[in-house]
Amino acid sequence: MKKSEKSKRAKLANLIMQAPLAVWMIAFVLAPFALLAFMSFMTKGPLGIIQYKPTIANYKEMFNPVYATVIKQSLVVAVWTTILTVLMGYPLASFIAKVKAKTSSLLTVLLMLPLWVSGLVVLYSFVILLNSSGVINSFLMSIHLIKEPLELLYNNFAIIVGMIYMFLPFAVLPMYSSIEKLDPGLIEASKDLGAGPVKTFFKVTLPLTSPGIFAAVILTFIPCIGYYMVTDMLGGGTSLMIGNLIYRQFTVSRDWPFGAALSMVLALIIFLMVFIYTKLGGDLDDLGA
Amino acid sequence: MKKKTLVNKIHKIYVILLFLFFYAPVAVMVVFSFNTSKANVVWQGFTTKWYSKLMGDSELWKIFGTTILIAVLTTVFATLIGTMGAIGYKKSKSRFAKLITNSVYFPIVIPEIVLAVAMFMIFNTAGISLGVPIIVIGNTTICLPYVYITVKSRLVGMDPSIEEASLDLGADRVYTLFHVTIPQIMPGIISGAFMAFSLSLDELIVTSFLADAGTTTLPMKVYSMMKKGVSPEINALTTIIFAVSILGVAAYLIFDAVKTHQDAKAKHKLVDL
Repeated sequence: MKKSEKSKRAKLANLIMQAPLAVWMIAFVLAPFALLAFMSFMTKGPLGIIQYKPTIANYKEMFNPVYATVIKQSLVVAVWTTILTVLMGYPLASFIAKVKAKTSSLLTVLLMLPLWVSGLVVLYSFVILLNSSGVINSFLMSIHLIKEPLELLYNNFAIIVGMIYMFLPFAVLPMYSSIEKLDPGLIEASKDLGAGPVKTFFKVTLPLTSPGIFAAVILTFIPCIGYYMVTDMLGGGTSLMIGNLIYRQFTVSRDWPFGAALSMVLALIIFLMVFIYTKLGGDLDDLGA
Repeated sequence: MKKKTLVNKIHKIYVILLFLFFYAPVAVMVVFSFNTSKANVVWQGFTTKWYSKLMGDSELWKIFGTTILIAVLTTVFATLIGTMGAIGYKKSKSRFAKLITNSVYFPIVIPEIVLAVAMFMIFNTAGISLGVPIIVIGNTTICLPYVYITVKSRLVGMDPSIEEASLDLGADRVYTLFHVTIPQIMPGIISGAFMAFSLSLDELIVTSFLADAGTTTLPMKVYSMMKKGVSPEINALTTIIFAVSILGVAAYLIFDAVKTHQDAKAKHKLVDL
């Protein structure tokens, strides 16, 4: 009797703790996504009014060559940013994993600090740094290394630099945690067995830290496609990415169904990547730390 | 051996260069907050007028106030719901529980623009007018997962027998929650809350989709200024925020160092006894 009373109360206590999160997720994540999926199959009427007639025209529309260039541009920037971020971030992550615990937490804080304060304002500083009469060009011209200012701003170079700046700190964290978890005994063993440092790195360290690398890939690739601000600010509106295109459907073009369809495709690509990541043994929690 | 130290040196130099890359724009931001030119692109001369102008700029302070208000409310909601959820769903294995706990990862893995668009459409379709309360809902949805994850990772590392002992010794659930569980997971709650606050402070995409005509936040203001050039006043404001953050980090480090020193001393005493 007493026991069942106790377990009943335990159940009730658990329910009270669970309810807010459950309600929140259903109301503000699952329901909006269900609507997004539904809307992507609707028809756009005149003046942006939605007609509730099912169609797959929104998905077909993406194969229009106009949008193909946008998708290609997004992929070029996202792929380059992701590759460079991982290549640049991995040595930093291994450095943070190597130093004393105190130093490593200090380095992590210092790494995140500019973004915590204001990613957007700091990002704008790249306009000051990179423009034709900006800090870098003035410096290079004053030491007579170049005669004409280099075109550093309003192109893919500037966009990729800005993207790396925004996402590298986040990409370093999961790589750091997987390098830190690495058993140093394995490295020793590999060396004792006669493998050189290069071979040890490629045969032992790299495969064992690959979940961290894949997490970094996801953390860079996903926001990269969606962040229309970087493209706007440093690309100067010359190039559109999928993020910009979605944004336009809800502002200038007023075509919600097409915007919803684009969002759905983006979400499905991401889900596929995350699915592969978890199948490879990756931990979802590493994406949020 | 010599080769190894050389590799280490190169590694160190590389890290220093990378940090230079990260702090160059910050330095530019600080330096240009003292620039006389309004265009904020080329250096002209030294002035502190932007700081005094900032002090008297009621519009910018109002925007700043709105931003802080949203960030504070977001932090409160995200921390509360995220922490409760992490505790509540710790042991649940039902399919419904799986659905909920998996959906927590949605906002992290999905590009913000997709989430923004989905929320924008549902509030519009439901006929709910946008504005600060809705922005807080949007921001909370983005920040909540981070709290949930950090708290969950603390809970996983916690010894369950401590909670059981408290209950067996006659403490009720509420007492156990506040005096046993929460103190143990406090570091996770704090770092989650900190994450939520800083994310919300800089949040632009979801916020601008859910804002009504009368609401502007600092990131929205910066974004709108971008085409004409961001005013040095914004640099001044961000410089102040940056300085406060640095002081906060420094204070924490000093506090931590003093505490470890004291702990070491206490341990030493204990050994002596």
